[in-house]
Amino acid sequence: MRRLLTILLVFGIIIGLTAMPAVAADKGVVKIRKGEPVHIAYWFVISGANTSLGMDTVRGCEIAIDDFGGKLKGHPVKLSGQDEMCNPEGGQAASSKIASDPSILAAIGSNCSSAATPGAPILWGAGIPTVSPSNTSPTLTAADRGEEFNGYLRTAHNDTIQGAVGAQFAFNKLKIKRAATVHDGSVYAEQLANVFAKTFKELGGTITAQEAVNAGDTDMRPVLTSISTGKPELLYLPIFIAEGGFITRQSKEVAGMEKVKLMGADGIFSPDFYKAAGEAAVGMYHTSPDFTAFGSGYKKFLTAHKDRYGMAPEAPFHAHSYDATMLILNAIDKVAVQHDDGSLTVDRMKLRDQLYATKDFKGLTGTLNCNENGDCADPRIAVYETNIDNVKKGLMPTTPFWKPY
Amino acid sequence: MFQRWKDSITPTDIVMWMIGGSMLLMIVWGSVATLVEGKYTGRHWVDFVIFGLAQGSIYALIATGYTMVYGVLRMINFAHGEVFMSGPFTAYYAAAAMYRTDFLDNHPFMALMVIFLVAMSVSTTIAFFLEKVAYRPLRGAPRLIPLITAIGASFFLQYLFRGLYGSGVQAYPVIKVLEGQWMIFGIRILKFQVVVILAAILLMVGLYSFIMLTRVGKAIRAVSEDKEASALMGINVDGMISTTFVIGGMAAGAAGVLYALMFKQVHFFMGFIPGIKAFTAAVLGGIGNIPGAMLGGIFLGLIESVGPSLFLDGLGIPAPYQLKDAIAFTMLVLVLIFRPTGIMGERLAVKKA
Repeated sequence: MRRLLTILLVFGIIIGLTAMPAVAADKGVVKIRKGEPVHIAYWFVISGANTSLGMDTVRGCEIAIDDFGGKLKGHPVKLSGQDEMCNPEGGQAASSKIASDPSILAAIGSNCSSAATPGAPILWGAGIPTVSPSNTSPTLTAADRGEEFNGYLRTAHNDTIQGAVGAQFAFNKLKIKRAATVHDGSVYAEQLANVFAKTFKELGGTITAQEAVNAGDTDMRPVLTSISTGKPELLYLPIFIAEGGFITRQSKEVAGMEKVKLMGADGIFSPDFYKAAGEAAVGMYHTSPDFTAFGSGYKKFLTAHKDRYGMAPEAPFHAHSYDATMLILNAIDKVAVQHDDGSLTVDRMKLRDQLYATKDFKGLTGTLNCNENGDCADPRIAVYETNIDNVKKGLMPTTPFWKPY
Repeated sequence: MFQRWKDSITPTDIVMWMIGGSMLLMIVWGSVATLVEGKYTGRHWVDFVIFGLAQGSIYALIATGYTMVYGVLRMINFAHGEVFMSGPFTAYYAAAAMYRTDFLDNHPFMALMVIFLVAMSVSTTIAFFLEKVAYRPLRGAPRLIPLITAIGASFFLQYLFRGLYGSGVQAYPVIKVLEGQWMIFGIRILKFQVVVILAAILLMVGLYSFIMLTRVGKAIRAVSEDKEASALMGINVDGMISTTFVIGGMAAGAAGVLYALMFKQVHFFMGFIPGIKAFTAAVLGGIGNIPGAMLGGIFLGLIESVGPSLFLDGLGIPAPYQLKDAIAFTMLVLVLIFRPTGIMGERLAVKKA
């Protein structure tokens, strides 16, 4: 009898917990007292092989806050950060830490789609909207993504576009008829590889293999040998830096793969990838945002970047991160209510609605318009080619090799 | 005899055998289907085997460290993967300096010696102090305590090196003489793979003869058999345990350099996965048994390389290489179902029972 009661009680709690979020449409109000900062947080990958991706976006946020004036309605803007580690576990931990801080109004992140998948719902559960500068996985802004993603937006392009550009370039420009893809099991890589394969087949090409490795694998020679049996002319590897480096290097060592062209995506468009891949990266193609199509403010941004950090950007998403931060600061500025005692109140639900209502926002990456699923980007994707100078000096190419438009 | 055997069988055994049997059936079915399909030629298979041997010999070298420490202390030294990482990560700075001054290209043999020396001495030092600081004070404590300490030590070392050298990936300089390939008996082998396999064999033979033929080796074996009795015979037990860690550290440091030669990348987290794999290899071979660990390592490397193509391709499973680790661990389960003590663990089981 006692056991039965316990079971019933547990069930009751579970049902109660699952039913709760449906009731709580109101996300509460944040009160910022006089002298207290307006607190926003980033969750980026700031350790491990993909650190360059995260630090690049952190710098974008910092410059944006500087350009905004560092103050919002008389309150200083405070930026704190968490490490999402570019994996689901890290995304869950980072978002939980942000969600547990009631002073945080909005978040910028994550970098990796696999971290956003568990992380964004946790943040929205706490009423914190998040704008990602570099998540590109299509499911995050798909029409059927679910209510728990209602607080999620992004300034990065959607991979339905990036994958298609890659396939068009390979088929139309390089005249390649046989291609293979490899992904690392992450949401980003798997969906991008699938979009590429689908578009490439629609164009009339043949996909010889759709292989996969694990994040953390080092010995890619067996899988490359397996891919070589299909005799592809191009290998599409939309993965991350460590595994991308291994595949690029080792593809030159596997019989039948030496001459196969390689194409990566924005995840490995970084000097750190050149470090990992060495001279094997020469002649490789990358799809990435078209920097030459960026707005007029981009030049000024690059100067500010050089002045502040003494270096050029080292990944493709600094400008997207700048735009995401600007989007958030402007939205907070619009919805924050000033009181006579010098305090501010921000209604979380109104902040979210304000972000979604963004129209004709002039950002660095173009004119941003947020749709009802959170896609805000003005996506212009181009293809870049790596030459020996890029690898030796550790600098990404800045002028596109090919554009679809 | 048969009656006794029959009585000792429990329902669990039968279920386990059924699971094992169906796994075996899948493997055989998949292999036959792949071979019939004929997607891979003989050349491909030879390539797979060579890749597997190179990877496996690195696992084997790390696994000896696990197995020797288990032998003397009956504990799994989970920080061994970090001992493996510390050597090549430190030696990277020596290698990069030699690369900048062209010493690496002009005197590649000398440079390699220096890299090995630096890596092995760092790994050895770390292993030595690891035992002194983290494990010796816990001698005689329940077995779970040193195990948890080992995990703590592993985190400590990872983040210590992250603090020292940063969290980014460092690219090992390319050693020009080891680039390219040799034709051996009509088989194309990459030069550094030959070096990795030969160096690993050399090190393993050296290590095994040290354990089997020298006085110190004999003392280590005595300690692993019975600590109290060895102490009564005048063996310095603590000294022998330290020696074991030192030897394991040396093997790990050397394995680290071979790993860096093969993959040309080092970072603070690089020891985690090879460490787990080498631990698996040690269990596979029968933990506590040195030739077993070596065999287990090579077997695991081969399975990871050949397995996905051979077992899964024929079954029509897409992207089989993603399941590389699943196959490796399935093999572990299979071996443990039919031989619970590992491939070469029989003698040990009888002795220690």
